[in-house]
Amino acid sequence: MSPTKKDFPLLSEWRYEKGAVRRGYNMRTLHVDVGTRTAKQKTVSEDMKQRFIGGKGFGLKLLWDGTKPETKWDSPENEIVIAMGPVCGNTNYPGSGKSLVVSISPMTGVPIDSNVGGYFGPYLKFSGFDALEIQGKADRETIVFIDGNEGLVQFYEAPSSLPEDSHLLAEALTRAFAKDEQDLQSVSVVSAGRGADHSPMGVLNFSLFDKRRKGCRVKQAGRGGIGSVLRNKKIRAIVGRYRGVEQNSNDAADPAAVQRIGLKLHREIIVNDDKQCKMRKQGTAHLMEVMNDYDLLPTKNHKYGQDPRGPEIASWVWEKLFSQDLPDGCWFGCTMACAHAVDQFELETGPYKGQKVCVDGPEYETAAGCGSNLYVWDPHGILEINFYCDTYGIDTISVGTTCGFLMECWELGILNAQRTGGIDLRWGNWQAVCELMHQLAEGRGFGLLMGKGVKFLAEHFTREFGADRQLMKDIALHGKGLEQSEYISKESLAQQGGYYLTNKGPQHDEAWVIFMDMVNNRIPTFENKAEALHYFPMFRTWFGLQGLCKLPWNDVEPADNKKWSEPNKVPEHVDNYRELYTAITGESLDWEGMIRQSERVYNFQRVFNLRLGHGKRVDDYPPYRAMGPVTEDEYLSRAERYDKQLKEKVGIDPAGMATSDKIAAMRKHREAQYESLIDAVFKRRGWTQDGVPTPEHLKKIGMDLGEVLAVVEKHV
Amino acid sequence: MIKYLKTIDEKCVGCTTCTAVCSKLYFKEGNPAKSAIQVNGLGKGAFHLIACDQECRKCVAECPTQAISVNKTGVVMIDKKLCVGCLACVAVCPIEAMRYYPGGKNPFKCIACGACVKTCPKQALEIATKEERV
Repeated sequence: MSPTKKDFPLLSEWRYEKGAVRRGYNMRTLHVDVGTRTAKQKTVSEDMKQRFIGGKGFGLKLLWDGTKPETKWDSPENEIVIAMGPVCGNTNYPGSGKSLVVSISPMTGVPIDSNVGGYFGPYLKFSGFDALEIQGKADRETIVFIDGNEGLVQFYEAPSSLPEDSHLLAEALTRAFAKDEQDLQSVSVVSAGRGADHSPMGVLNFSLFDKRRKGCRVKQAGRGGIGSVLRNKKIRAIVGRYRGVEQNSNDAADPAAVQRIGLKLHREIIVNDDKQCKMRKQGTAHLMEVMNDYDLLPTKNHKYGQDPRGPEIASWVWEKLFSQDLPDGCWFGCTMACAHAVDQFELETGPYKGQKVCVDGPEYETAAGCGSNLYVWDPHGILEINFYCDTYGIDTISVGTTCGFLMECWELGILNAQRTGGIDLRWGNWQAVCELMHQLAEGRGFGLLMGKGVKFLAEHFTREFGADRQLMKDIALHGKGLEQSEYISKESLAQQGGYYLTNKGPQHDEAWVIFMDMVNNRIPTFENKAEALHYFPMFRTWFGLQGLCKLPWNDVEPADNKKWSEPNKVPEHVDNYRELYTAITGESLDWEGMIRQSERVYNFQRVFNLRLGHGKRVDDYPPYRAMGPVTEDEYLSRAERYDKQLKEKVGIDPAGMATSDKIAAMRKHREAQYESLIDAVFKRRGWTQDGVPTPEHLKKIGMDLGEVLAVVEKHV
Repeated sequence: MIKYLKTIDEKCVGCTTCTAVCSKLYFKEGNPAKSAIQVNGLGKGAFHLIACDQECRKCVAECPTQAISVNKTGVVMIDKKLCVGCLACVAVCPIEAMRYYPGGKNPFKCIACGACVKTCPKQALEIATKEERV
């Protein structure tokens, strides 16, 4: 029996004056301390608005102010900040409902930022706040409830009858806190799961009530373990309620322009999507066969990029499994509607075995990471892993990459049944992966170890099982402690940089440049690559400042996009964004201004890493598996390609050479190439060769705050 | 059964009495941009009338808040209290019968009320019924 609201003991509350959004901003943020169970509002200064813009910018600024150089992920003062941005919450332009979440990550020790859908962020904004800061540690299982219609923040104790697993928890809280049946869509829940109690890779699930399915769906702030921070604070959930979203809840300067630009993209999606990416039918899973065709789909812990079995989990397979013709947006008005789900899915393992559930996804990353990468070609297996990752609140990317590593260790003989507690980790055994998940949820067994991630495991296996240190380092796919996402980067030097020359770790949302680099060869020189690794991370950062989704930028294109000199930038869409920003905020902006807004925040984040003792060149190297062939079978599988490169690019005749020598020669070459790439990228970004933003550069971009300069001056 | 506004292009002379009546009734001003029925001139004295056929219901399927539904007479209606003004319905309408005007909160459409029928001098408009498509 699900609890009703009267079953939640009220611990304390705070009332606030409801304000009105003006031109996309509230100009105030909400600070919540779950330790003292108090809430207060903070004013956003004009300087903060101009310098940090919103979303991830506001999040990082608040996190900086709230923490110290010594702050660790589990320090009470570490924060979870959920921030939206001025464009967030408009209902006209597809992809406008994103929340940006930042925190000091348990995986990396530096700020993580995660971009997530669901209704919570926009509701919070219309409740009167540009961001929510959560600090402190609760002494009991706590629910924070923000009622934007009443102007009320309340702290409740979670009743013992409240379920823990996300798919039940979100539903139970939505029903408990909605005023009536009509109010269900006005409630959104942010929660973590049992897995996050025992692992640093916990996600935050942001819910949305799906009227057609008559139940909650969840979208994940997946990377870097923010859910683990939530659980460390003993917060069971944050519940938001707001009723009354309208076309112009943002008080746009020019609401008619917002409509016009939004409708233009709606129409483009309706007309073009079926001929282009099929996001409306397949979501990001449309990429599966494309990646397999180009040798980019990870299989066997990123050893290979292609497999004859690839078609078994291709886009058309997912299209059949996903319920079709539903408006599966994660915010109102997103006609790209990529948030698909498999309904009436019958589970075969775990505590819900035999039950029929709704599985959110899989998206590409999950299907690749927990599918091909584990040599799992059974869509059912992928869905089962996907479901349990979500409901236990664990990141599918980290699980996919970690289990790939474990299965390779099994193949190498480093792991065996004795060491795994009887779990058979041969390639393709998805039931074993689920068993690890169930163990992790219960905080026991080898599953508990799996949940610690590859950085820990590589060191652990070296120490405990005598595994070869270098081999472990080479095949543990992480940067800064964060598992790499699911594209093979070996043949794209620029993408190696796109992954590892990042602030938070190897996550593709900063830069996805494989096609322009490897397939289309549009950025052949180091300078070209450096320019791409300046422009794209900055451009993509801009989405995070505004509360936007990246997908409608280039997962649909104008029919005549190719007429432009740089079609990979999708210039017409960039101009939509520029115009949309102006229509909402009333402030003019040109393309350079967009990049400049991002540059300030991006460099601020880099300095934030430095402040926490990281953020140097030494932190920006990939494991060799992300750069080239580690093992002999890996080399031999693409011997023709590698031999040709040795001859043409390295100037070595491979004839008669032993494979191990060829691997060594190739490695030397590729590692040198990466060094040259770093040199070029750091130079382009205005950083020293050690990766530190120079005071001159910070001044030029308008991020020369005293406390920021004080950090870099120690390093230049 | 579906109630709908049947349009007979051959009888239309383009006087736009219908658009004036419609926009006055629902928006208190005579403005063809605020009329649920549209009169498009094709040249040479020919006209094409556009109004929702109440039948395709793509807007009903697309609406994220279920603000658009079909009433007991088969007419597609918009609940303004639920509508968030995203205009996805405008984009999916194959005949551009789902309308909006710049800066307006909600889209609007013909609900087969029949106000225009009574005033059309050429009997180019009728309230008719048709069977549900299975």
